[in-house]
Formats: sequence, structure tokens, C-alpha cells
Amino acid sequence: MGADIAFWIFAVIAVIAALGVVAQRNLFRAALLLVLSFFAVAGIYGSLSADFMAVAQVLVYMGAISVLIIFGVMLTKDVQRGNSFNRAWPSALVVCAALMGLLVFVFIDTDWNTDMVQTGATIAEDKPTTSAIADAIFDKDAGFLLPLEIGAALILAAVIGAIALVKDK
Amino acid sequence: MEVELTHYLVLSGILFAIGLFGALTKQNVIGILMCIEIMLNAANIAVVAFSRYLVPDTVLLTGHGFALFVIVVAAAEAAVGLAIVITLYRNRATVDAEEMDSMKG
Repeated sequence: MGADIAFWIFAVIAVIAALGVVAQRNLFRAALLLVLSFFAVAGIYGSLSADFMAVAQVLVYMGAISVLIIFGVMLTKDVQRGNSFNRAWPSALVVCAALMGLLVFVFIDTDWNTDMVQTGATIAEDKPTTSAIADAIFDKDAGFLLPLEIGAALILAAVIGAIALVKDK
Repeated sequence: MEVELTHYLVLSGILFAIGLFGALTKQNVIGILMCIEIMLNAANIAVVAFSRYLVPDTVLLTGHGFALFVIVVAAAEAAVGLAIVITLYRNRATVDAEEMDSMKG
């Protein structure tokens, strides 16, 4: 029950903050609303009893990516008025509204096979998921060891590439 | 009203559509990057919700692993994207997506 209330609160915050990011003319305020949206998504992870994902969301998105974006906002001008729409926004609004309607219809209309939940199979509500995620990633047979290594190489390449891009010639 | 998988998926769809609208219509490149982050977050909510409701076995947290990889790629994308934006701003003195047309044929 508590998780349900938390879901509704965080869902409303996430949607309103995301709408604010899109509608806000001031780019800096949009960045702060984006941080609020990230926080609400972390709360959504909490209501899904995904504790490690919530912590990773707070650390990576709210801690790192938001700082990067705010730095980007401050290093470029036109902060006050630089977030307006382009000429194609009416047709884009129609397309996105149609896509949203289609997605919501499919999600509601599909009969998701959640029988395991109804029959009372094991959902560990309060077990920490960190070691289970480690087991899932580092499993010898069905794990994700190669993607993990590729991800490490990707991060390294991204950092070196970012430094090389902004370095003075 | 009990919250189920459908609620999380509908929330994910709404956030994705909002982010897509922003990414299509924003003139400022940093605004476009923000909206892309919203879209990635929406996809992550759907992945974790599927992992929670369709495979509720704690040993099989594959969806969490997927979402973590999405976070890794999003971090790399934000770093490189902002570096490109700052380089373009230094060379062209603009962050307007419509004025960045030097690769236009």
C-alpha cells in the first residue's frame, strides 16, 4: 500500500517535471526540473523495490549527468530565451500525441502474463537486490561479462573523446 | 487501486512521448539532450517494471542489468554530446540546432 502511494506521488512529479523541461523557456530552470524528474524516477525505482537501481539513478543521473548538463547550459549563452520550439512543433505534437495514445492503448489492452504474481510466487519485497544483480551480470553461463567489458571500454573512449573534442588546438 | 505492471508501462509511455516531443521540437541542442535523457529514463522504467512483474524471481534480475547498461551508455552519450555542443559553440557561436547545417549537401 505504501509503495502504491509512493508510485502515484512520484509518477505525478515525474510527468509534471518532464512537461516543465519541455515547456520551460529558461534553459537553466529546465535543467533543474530535469533533476527533479530524475529524482522522481529514482522514487519509481524504489516503489519497484529496485534499491540498487534507485541508488544508481541518484548517483549517476542526479549527481553526474545533471552537473554535466548544467555546465553545458552555463558554458553556452542564450540561457534566458534559448529553449524555444522550432517551426515543426504542431505536427510534432500531433505525432507524439498519437504515439502516446497508441503506447497507452497497447499497454492497457495487452494481457500481461503476471500470473506468477497472482499465484503468490516469490516476490522478495524487502530483499536487497545488489548481490542478485551481481549474480545476474557475472554469471558464467548466462551473464553479461562481455557487455560489461565493452561498457568499460565505452566509458574510457567517451572520456578520452570528450577531452580531445574540447581541448584547445 | 492497486498499482500493477500496466501503471508503470503507461507512465513510461507518457514520459517517452513527452521526451520525444521535446527532442523533435527544441531549438537548443542542450534542450534536445535533456529530452533524450527523459526518453532513456522512460525506457529504463519499463525495463525494471518488466523485471519486477514478469520475472519476479530474485535470482533473475536481468532487467536490472539491462537498465544499468542503459545508464552507462547514457552517461557516455551525455559526456560526448556536451563536448560536441561546446566545440560547436566555440566554432560557430550558436547552440541552435537549425543553424548547425555545415554538413548539409
